[in-house]
Amino acid sequence: MIITPATILSLSFAVLLLVVLLALFLRSHQRLLITAGYSLMAVAALLTAGAGVWAVSRGTIAQVILPLGLPDLPVHLRLDHLSGFFLAVIGLLAFFVSVYSVGYVKGFLGHRQVTSLVIFSSLFLAGMFLVVLSDDAFIFLVSWEIMAASSYFLVLFEDERIENRRAALLYLVVAHVGAIAILLSFGVMAGLATDYHGFEGYTFDAMRETDLPAGWATAAFLLAFFGFSAKAGVVPLHVWLPEAHPVAPSNVSALMSGVMLKTAIYGIIRVVFDLIGDFPVWWGALVLIFGLISAVVGMLSAVMQQDLKKLLAYSSVKNIGIILIGIGLSMIFSSSEMVLLAALALIAALYHTLNHAMYKGLLFMGAGAVLHATHERNMENMGGLIRDLPWTAALFLVGCVSISALPPFNGFVSEWLTYQAFLLSPALESPILNLLIPLGAALLALSGALAAAGFVKAFGITFLGHRRGTHHHRVHEVGWAMRAGMLLAAITCLGLGVFPTYLIHWMDPITEQLVGGKIASSAAGFGWMWLTPIAAERASYSAPVAFVGILAVVVVTYLILHTRPGTIHRVPLWDCGFEKITSRMQYTATSFSMPLRRILGFLFSVKEEVKPFPPGAHPAFPERLQYRLRVRDRFWGWLYKPVIDVSFWISRKVGKLQQGRIQVYLIYSFVTIIVLLLFL
Amino acid sequence: MKVHPLLIELIQVFVLLFAAPLFAGWVKMVKCWSQGRTSPSLLQPYRDLCKLFSKDVALAENASWIFRSTPYLVFGVTVLAGGIIPIISVDLPLSATADVIALVALFAIARFFTALAGMDIGTSFGGMGSSREMTIASLAEPAMLMAIFAVSLASKSTSLSQMAIVVSQGYSILRPSLAFALLAFILIALTETGRVPVDNPATHLELTMIHEAMILEYSGRHLALIEWAKMMKLFLFITLGIAVFFPWGIDAAGGAAGLASSFLIMSLKLGISGVGLVLIETGLAKMRIFRVTEFLGSAFLFATLGMLSFFILE
Repeated sequence: MIITPATILSLSFAVLLLVVLLALFLRSHQRLLITAGYSLMAVAALLTAGAGVWAVSRGTIAQVILPLGLPDLPVHLRLDHLSGFFLAVIGLLAFFVSVYSVGYVKGFLGHRQVTSLVIFSSLFLAGMFLVVLSDDAFIFLVSWEIMAASSYFLVLFEDERIENRRAALLYLVVAHVGAIAILLSFGVMAGLATDYHGFEGYTFDAMRETDLPAGWATAAFLLAFFGFSAKAGVVPLHVWLPEAHPVAPSNVSALMSGVMLKTAIYGIIRVVFDLIGDFPVWWGALVLIFGLISAVVGMLSAVMQQDLKKLLAYSSVKNIGIILIGIGLSMIFSSSEMVLLAALALIAALYHTLNHAMYKGLLFMGAGAVLHATHERNMENMGGLIRDLPWTAALFLVGCVSISALPPFNGFVSEWLTYQAFLLSPALESPILNLLIPLGAALLALSGALAAAGFVKAFGITFLGHRRGTHHHRVHEVGWAMRAGMLLAAITCLGLGVFPTYLIHWMDPITEQLVGGKIASSAAGFGWMWLTPIAAERASYSAPVAFVGILAVVVVTYLILHTRPGTIHRVPLWDCGFEKITSRMQYTATSFSMPLRRILGFLFSVKEEVKPFPPGAHPAFPERLQYRLRVRDRFWGWLYKPVIDVSFWISRKVGKLQQGRIQVYLIYSFVTIIVLLLFL
Repeated sequence: MKVHPLLIELIQVFVLLFAAPLFAGWVKMVKCWSQGRTSPSLLQPYRDLCKLFSKDVALAENASWIFRSTPYLVFGVTVLAGGIIPIISVDLPLSATADVIALVALFAIARFFTALAGMDIGTSFGGMGSSREMTIASLAEPAMLMAIFAVSLASKSTSLSQMAIVVSQGYSILRPSLAFALLAFILIALTETGRVPVDNPATHLELTMIHEAMILEYSGRHLALIEWAKMMKLFLFITLGIAVFFPWGIDAAGGAAGLASSFLIMSLKLGISGVGLVLIETGLAKMRIFRVTEFLGSAFLFATLGMLSFFILE
């Protein structure tokens, strides 16, 4: 048998299926189930990642038609460059997270059964792999639903808490509203492919070959963009994300934030560039605008949070925004026939997809380690954990540095490429776009700087300073499996940051397939050290030199200063001579973001209240002051509450039909029959 | 005689390391004169650094490795940034390492870790400084990028050497886009280097300090490295402004005579910029922290105007 990416993938699916079966038989051996289940998942994920990498670099397209599914409507699967890339991203993070889960899930032993967690994790992975492999609308939607439903059960894992149930419900509702829109979008494309005769239009091949009329193409695009945005958490459809991601077990949050959102990005790219293929400039502008809004609003909301996992979830909204910015720019360039720039922007978007998967996975795993050790998600009760959790702290810091787009880590590379795409926009002919796109770059800079503020807060409040809060139980560093998962992700972050040229070279076939241009060829003269997307005079960045340069100066300085035996005296902290410092005097998560709340708080509904305590006390002589702060998304009031109110109103009106008396229902049936007879 | 580019790079780093304290001394001197005080000697910053380097380090009991490694990192990043900006020559091997966006990100590394170090000890001042620094940086970043955008429109590049070459070939400084970008850049540079009216480098007043609040707990060689890096940052922002807006005289040929004249011209420009800086600092009062928003808002506005005027007028 010849080994091809396709055979490796079938092996990986077989392993995932094996995990599900194993879970059913090993219910009474929970510890063994965790080790075996997650190790097998790690193997499957690694196989998939390998197949994905291979598929991208080998550059052939493999198609399979499986005799499954409905009669006469077989399942079409296809492995091309784009799906190979997403398989690699999903598989790689799933591998790290599975290694991590071997340790993390053991924390549930003795509290609850983890069988469902193992089964649904495995199904979740299989669903995600299938989504990017699908080559027809049916299997796409079926695997989309497998992914949504299994992740719903994963969010619901700790279902005794009311907020988990509410978050899971909200997630399910938004996911399905999105899925309906996607279904309708495929419906439009499939219907027009065969002029509403026959069923052959449901394959992606048929959709690819059809030239949609402009109006229908727009309808298909808008529906698909809406549907995928709901899944990706694009503002204003993001409200479920900061609710659902934090309450799931952390290994699941890592997968959901790191890669599940990316399947929606995959969907947008697939539908726009591949299935529709030909589009006007304003589509790109629309994607760009929503990307910018998500980037700024998402990060600003993240900075305001006190819950560590919520902060991370909101920052996913921001990163999805950055990816959409890249896609939007690529669409604008592509519809203006500038293939090189379109390729650059698309590479930026895809690179950011990969990067975000790695560092967000790492950060959620880190938050999970903190949760595992302290049983605490609220940053206001943390502090000083760098001493108890040295490994976790260092690895979490790598994630923070990467996501804050600091060189030489990976986040910077993709943001730099996005900036370059922005800076090349004056080549466009439309004067309005020329004027407006640079303002978009400023918004991207704002969200980037806010990210740095947000992650200084996340790391500083959680790991530095003194322990806040009241409980004093011992905190231990997490086990080797969890550390290994995080360490692998952290190394990948650094590797992706220092050697971007290899990656971009590897990714070139994807942009060639989608927009017909590639950027690595222009940089070939400069070798692996220099990233020169367009030309050396235009811009260049060398991550290896920056990395080695910083390291060299630091080491030399350190050595020079340590030739003289200088002594370090450990002394009590000084604080301008102020004595009797307590841990309550530190800056808290709330106070850290106070200046930003004052300056940009008008974007939220912020309610601040200071009351004397106890309640009856004289306002001049209170025992204590009670401070209440509530920061809420304005989108709830603007967008969701009206929809909820209207749907309740309609249901009440419709509910009046139900009288609960058999005679009335018989009349309904009678009237219906009469009406139908009239039509005949 | 042609000087090897690596040697030029080395010379430039040495110029940076040793001229930065001199420039800080010069600014202090002019400031004293302008306020009718007797000034310390021009060499005072060197003496301060020497004193700090020879002292022992008093380190807070609960300081973690973040606190101890930050000074080295800040210093390293700043020196690397100095190898990228064309100070005495545009022909630098390192200049291709980072364009101006990456340069801004290098300074962001220093800021990120200084802010973390401020929170490490767990004092209220440290947290206060970090929170304010990150807030102000968030507002300064968009303005900075717009200024870069305006200049890169004219030079069709974000590479610093290329910007310097293109601007120096143009015969007029009166390009409206560059003039607006320069105004924006001055406001941002004042913010980034922590000068009046945004922050006051000379104050240790609890309620107003920003940068100083983060480094309060440092002592000995750690403090020396941070102070030195701070002087270099001021020096670098001014030379960055010179390289982008007034690059005339920066050597491009790589000859020894060219380098010498480039060095002299640079000293002259720095001397004048120092006086300009003092005039701004003496003429303005320190702002309330929430007024900085308006200050940076106007920087953003200037940069946007620069960009618009490029599209409309040029």
